[in-house]
Amino acid sequence: MSTPPENTTRRRLLMAVPLAGAAVVGVGFWKMLSGMQHGSFNPHNINAPVLNRPVPDFSVPDQAPGQGFTAQDLRALTQPVLVNFFASWCIPCLAEMPTLMGLKDDLPMWGIAYKDRPENAAGFLKHSGNPFTRLGNDHDGRVGIDWGISGVPETFLIGPGGIIRWHSAAPLDVDTIRSTLAPLLESLKKS
Amino acid sequence: MLSPELGHYALALACILAAAQGILPLIGAQRRDRRVMMLAPGLAVGQLLALLASFLCLVNAAVTDDFSVQNIAANSAVSKPLLYKITGVWGNHEGSILLWALILGICGAAVAAFGRNLPSALRARVIAVLGAVAAGFELFCLTTSDPFARVWPAPMDGQGMNPLLQDPGLAFHPPILYTGYVGFAVPFAFAIAALMEGRVDAAWGRWVRPWAVAAWCFLTCGIALGSWWSYYVLGWGGYWFWDPVENASLIPWLTGTALIHSAIVVEKRESLKIWTVLLAIATFSFSLSGTFLVRSGILNSVHAFANDPARGIFILGLLAVVIGGSLALFAYRAPTLTAGGLFAPVSREGALVLNNILLCSLCAVVVTGTMYPPFMSLLFDRTISVGKPFFDATTIPLAIPLFIFMGFGPMLPWKRAQLWPVLQRLWIAALLAGVAFAVFTFGMSGIPPILCSALAVWVICSSVLDIADRVRLFRMPLSGSLQRARMLPRSIFGTAIAHAGVGITILGLAAMSQAQHKIVEVPVGTTEHLAGYDWTLTDVKQEPGPNYTALVATLEVRHNGKIVTIMHPSKRSFNSQNQTTTEVSIHTNLLADLYGVLGDKHGTDAAPTYVLRLHYNPLAPWMWLGALIMAIGGALSLSDRRMRVGAPRRAKSSSDTVTTA
Amino acid sequence: MMLRRLSALFLGCALLVAPVLVLAVDDPSEILPNPQEEARAEAIGSQLRCLVCQNESIEDSSAGLARDLRRVVREHVAKGESNRQIMDWMVNRYGNFIRLSPPLSIGTLLLWSMPVLALLLGLTIAFFSYRRRRTAPVAPPPLTAEEKARLADLTKD
Repeated sequence: MSTPPENTTRRRLLMAVPLAGAAVVGVGFWKMLSGMQHGSFNPHNINAPVLNRPVPDFSVPDQAPGQGFTAQDLRALTQPVLVNFFASWCIPCLAEMPTLMGLKDDLPMWGIAYKDRPENAAGFLKHSGNPFTRLGNDHDGRVGIDWGISGVPETFLIGPGGIIRWHSAAPLDVDTIRSTLAPLLESLKKS
Repeated sequence: MLSPELGHYALALACILAAAQGILPLIGAQRRDRRVMMLAPGLAVGQLLALLASFLCLVNAAVTDDFSVQNIAANSAVSKPLLYKITGVWGNHEGSILLWALILGICGAAVAAFGRNLPSALRARVIAVLGAVAAGFELFCLTTSDPFARVWPAPMDGQGMNPLLQDPGLAFHPPILYTGYVGFAVPFAFAIAALMEGRVDAAWGRWVRPWAVAAWCFLTCGIALGSWWSYYVLGWGGYWFWDPVENASLIPWLTGTALIHSAIVVEKRESLKIWTVLLAIATFSFSLSGTFLVRSGILNSVHAFANDPARGIFILGLLAVVIGGSLALFAYRAPTLTAGGLFAPVSREGALVLNNILLCSLCAVVVTGTMYPPFMSLLFDRTISVGKPFFDATTIPLAIPLFIFMGFGPMLPWKRAQLWPVLQRLWIAALLAGVAFAVFTFGMSGIPPILCSALAVWVICSSVLDIADRVRLFRMPLSGSLQRARMLPRSIFGTAIAHAGVGITILGLAAMSQAQHKIVEVPVGTTEHLAGYDWTLTDVKQEPGPNYTALVATLEVRHNGKIVTIMHPSKRSFNSQNQTTTEVSIHTNLLADLYGVLGDKHGTDAAPTYVLRLHYNPLAPWMWLGALIMAIGGALSLSDRRMRVGAPRRAKSSSDTVTTA
Repeated sequence: MMLRRLSALFLGCALLVAPVLVLAVDDPSEILPNPQEEARAEAIGSQLRCLVCQNESIEDSSAGLARDLRRVVREHVAKGESNRQIMDWMVNRYGNFIRLSPPLSIGTLLLWSMPVLALLLGLTIAFFSYRRRRTAPVAPPPLTAEEKARLADLTKD
């Protein structure tokens, strides 16, 4: 080559750029795939609702066998509470219920039946057990939209003063509770 | 007997033959051993035959309703019509991988058959690269997605095919699209072979281009067919959603389009060689990663790999070997390729370079937009959405200069050109585009559609003018012009036709932004007005079908009291899957589509009402017609005697003194 | 949801389980009586992502949530709120995830600058390789007599 050597080195580096780019993207894909296998990465995770803000203004009417509640009720709280959206027509909600029942003694839970007939929701709770201390019905799904949910079940952890601290758009399981919810509760209780 | 076991065996045989095809000719070319190199065509044909046997076994299992084959049991049913039993073979993951491998086998055999005039070392290397890639996919098929896996006990009937797949458009969409994807493996193989040889010259450019053009034609048709299918199946006239799966086909189309243009420069001027080699690698790499990453679950959450992560890892490994290997070879060898002919910035070459920059920028935008959400989620744990509004805002500004330069690029002379004389020759096109702009300003809303339509007029007119200019139309007696037209190379017509096709597609896309629709709930006998037409629902009745029952509406459309068409949109309920599909009724006069859809039935049985969706889609057919014209232009170029596959012969002395350093 | 599944079909990879083909907007009562307002609602809706779908706007989706959101948008439009107010209302609840065109921020800077970046990169490479070639032209290897004959043959037309 008649080009000077330093020019050739630059040229060589330039020609290696596509390989480097592909390698970076490839490593990214590998991370994603292995993350998906371990469940630590989900590209379709919908983590839409905004966290660390007060609960939106809303009110849900009574849902048998519990008593409805409003944003004011949540904001008046001094202890953390779990708000769970569920529905009788939702199979993952049914699967989640035993986990909630196991948790109810440690953490008060308030439930909102999402787009459900009151009698169906009541039947569902009679059948699967009722972990909720208060219960509301969001018949037309508008309260769900105010909370920013995209489906059921979705769970929110409300800190003292009615601040949304944590959110899960997937059914709760023991692993999630142990790895994310429990440490968060600890830190909330300390502060 | 075409038993599934035979198919499985044939697939394994094909895999072994492909591995041999991927190794032996390379050794032969390296040692310049003619006898070993001459194994390549035989192995390629042998691999194809084995794949054909394997594929026929799967088709046979589908046709004879062999539900002991898991793949058939999951996707077929006794009641399915014969055509869809056959096309259903590639309507699922395992079968489509087999189809992929089969098409790759056809490509290898085609190089063996049509590449007789290639230097033997180059041909051996090209066939070897194709064999190596094929071996990888056949291994993937055998190990992680076996189409011949048996189930026991065999079910009495299959679970049936998705009714949406029972559609002629979709039945033939995958083979055409895959041929486009896989066809780019041949230019890829040529690029790898050239890098191994360390030699890219005009003859190489001329050998590569027909394969690239052929693949591009198929890819163009495949994308158009997919878009057309969603237009008439989805029931609301959507034709492009910027969905990852669609982008996966658009990305290689963009780089492939750049490739068929830059290969011209290699062929004519021996310039842009390194770039063309890179484009050939990139196009096939995008084809591969596109088709396979959408199945890995990263880009599309359809249950593809969630249940079998082994597949995703295998695919990634395969991609790493194919793409990483070829780019490493590129990084190692490309700096040694010598630079080619000089040209001024304003010249045909310069215009083609600009075309490449713009097409690749478009490609970069689509790639970034598609990959951004998963990478954001991976790196910053933030979920974002990138959709149509983003792509509209970013691609149109890049497409506009592309359309402008498309008009006069083909008229610029090689090496050095002057803009002004060319623009003078195009004044009619510019004038017509200006008039079109003025007219569209009154008839259409929105600046981008108006601008794009005017530019489409500019592209079409300048393509016509280019030909008219070359045959000196109206500047000499007509017989003389005809004589000149006959003498003109077909590839010139091919270019003009393909460019006009682009213009037609743009016009269709721009006009579709002006579409009108109406949704109503009416009893039988009502007349609705939309876009100057009177649509009357005259009847709705139940009709049986082969494996479904249909609710069929009769919709009479009148214009100024005169009947235009009677449409029969319907809703089908499938017995086996408890699903319904909507059969859209479309009436077209090529200038506009009247599009009617029957929705839900409401009201009481005594006085039922029906939801109707009525669309008026101006120039809708032009979107796909333009794509077809593009492909016809490409095919016409292919028929040019100068471009015939393998026709040009590199000087014999050079082929034998190929350096293998 | 439906479209995501359908679009998988787009490449012939029919990996879906059971898509339900329902029309996007199949309920005429959703539509605002005032055509201008309806057009505005459609324009806003086409900017909002149907959250449970892959890449669809709420206008194109048949999912239940998309239907609810469509209704909300139309209510707000009928109340006379501006596009921006409605967008903010949505972002307040669902975050930027709901916007199909992500807002410009540090995180999306690369995304939004990509058209300009790619174009500039291409032009820069073209410029430097042009200058390099002009200032330091690499002498092409001399052609053999046969190659010359062949070149003449190739460039005849």
